[in-house]
Amino acid sequence: MGDGSRPGGRQPAKPAGREKRSRRGGKSSARERQPGQRRFSPASIGADVVLLGWFVFSLFPLVWLVLLSLKSESEQISTYFTFSPTLRNFGTVLSSEGARLTSVNFSDALLTSVLNCVGAVLVSLVIGVPAAYAAGRWQYKGSGDVMFTILSFRFAPELMVIVPLFVIYNQLGLFDTNVGMIWVLQLVTMPLVVWILRSYFQDMPAELEQAALLDGYTRTRAFLMVALPLVRPGIAASALLAFIFAWNNYVFPLILTGSGHTPVTVAVTRFLGGGGQAFYSLTAAAAIIAALPPLLVALSIQRYLVRGLSFGAVKA
Amino acid sequence: MTAPARVRPDGGTEGNRPRHREGPHPVPAWRRGMRPYLLSLPAVLIIIGILYPFALGVYYAFLNYAAVVPNPVFVGLRNFATVLSDPAFWSSVRTTLVYAVGATGSETVLGIGIALLLNRASPLGRVFERVLILPLMIAPVIAGVLWKLMFNPQFGILNHVLGLGSTFDWLSETHALFSVVLVDVWIFTPFVAVLVLAGIRSLPKEPFEASRVDGASGFYMFRRLMLPMMWPYILVAVIFRFMDCLKIFDHVYVLTAGGPGDATRTLQISAYQNSIINFNYSVGSTYMFLLWAIVFLTARYLVSVLGKAQRRAAGSEA
Repeated sequence: MGDGSRPGGRQPAKPAGREKRSRRGGKSSARERQPGQRRFSPASIGADVVLLGWFVFSLFPLVWLVLLSLKSESEQISTYFTFSPTLRNFGTVLSSEGARLTSVNFSDALLTSVLNCVGAVLVSLVIGVPAAYAAGRWQYKGSGDVMFTILSFRFAPELMVIVPLFVIYNQLGLFDTNVGMIWVLQLVTMPLVVWILRSYFQDMPAELEQAALLDGYTRTRAFLMVALPLVRPGIAASALLAFIFAWNNYVFPLILTGSGHTPVTVAVTRFLGGGGQAFYSLTAAAAIIAALPPLLVALSIQRYLVRGLSFGAVKA
Repeated sequence: MTAPARVRPDGGTEGNRPRHREGPHPVPAWRRGMRPYLLSLPAVLIIIGILYPFALGVYYAFLNYAAVVPNPVFVGLRNFATVLSDPAFWSSVRTTLVYAVGATGSETVLGIGIALLLNRASPLGRVFERVLILPLMIAPVIAGVLWKLMFNPQFGILNHVLGLGSTFDWLSETHALFSVVLVDVWIFTPFVAVLVLAGIRSLPKEPFEASRVDGASGFYMFRRLMLPMMWPYILVAVIFRFMDCLKIFDHVYVLTAGGPGDATRTLQISAYQNSIINFNYSVGSTYMFLLWAIVFLTARYLVSVLGKAQRRAAGSEA
């Protein structure tokens, strides 16, 4: 999936430069495809209408979720768009009041999610960066096997691993603990970090490090002072993307945690069956709180998202 | 091409360049050869830590392990015989395949369409591009919760807005599979769209200029030039989506938990019900092993198709 998927190897290696150039190139090629096309031709307006249709479908649920979260308890079952908005639901969800109503301690779940995800990403970085460097810089015997085993974690059905882990964790006392979750989240974060960073290390010319070696740097110093700073965007992007996917994970904590260390994804679903009573607006508020961190992170790394989502296969 | 020079573990580059000196104190060759292994060692340990439960799971498939059988014995292929002759398993396989083909197909078509429209870079398109990925970045399970609220026949907004009254049930036995695919399309179409859009933007423009000079129509250029060159990007997106659909769990479980009946019981949900709800670890593991085999074989096939497409795209570029 590497260089072959990038037709035209004329882009420079620096991510920022390539981004700009390919963007300009793409736009002009599309615009010149129909030279007579004016900005507001009927065809262009038609295309915008189609696009608008998709985005109504795409964004309406989110807008409605926000509206629902602002409705008071008496208005939560109404389908109207006019109501008197209140922010009380968010306070209720995070306070002990929400915990009493729905038996879900949401602020604890939020803390658990933060600890699990930050922990999992840090472990993945410490372990994954050297492995990615080794795989990106050298062709050693077995490197392909290691890399593809790591990638296969991404595509393996989760339960294949979780069911035995459920048994093992119960024996080891790791069930319903942060350590247990950080361990199993490696299944999500490690492939991301290693594969994305490998593609960054591959793009970095080896000559830069060799120059540092000639200047008398040790191998370790050349790695720390030359290679690592050059892939900083890759490290940031892969770490943040790994954070998003660790945060959004559901099936691991569903099985491997009980009530003590539930992360937000499981906690939100508990609102739906909150003791036979319907807490629609509370559910909506909880869903928004749980969805905000990954959304904000995603918007901040949008430029690197494509490469990350495709595990380095598409170098946009 | 710009492929960077690969370095052998002993420090020399591929090619016949002289070997570089390693600082003031040369490191013995055997230690330099060890370097990549030492660097990968922690990752390999993690891999073993994950492969061990995986192997244990495969082993479970050959036992009669369940909560009611705490001291399981080896039963050979009996679980496989039981599962493969169970109509519930084949109904799960069918549901999973319908789901995967339906969702991946719709997302690919829609994603390519959206990417082509966004590539025109109208002022509206530029605004949309910023928010395109929002559904993708929400946890699928939260998307499931969100759509469950919207699907509610009485209080949900969907029936109200679409004028379906308060009796239309999106999650009934006949509509449930369509509805969960719809939610999958809502979440993951942006994934296909951003990948394809990145692909379109990285295409070289010379072939398009040349064919315009030759008087090719817009459709002809799309069909004969753009599509073959975009094909590798489309395939990467299809591979990711199809593989993920085969093991779909999160939002389907929240929306329907596999029901009503077995209308949306995909393979991974079946395995969950067998292992975690019925505590029959061996049957659950057998389901997972069979699903794993399906995923593995499909991945092998799709990756070989991708390799061919990449070579073809590179060829058509020359």
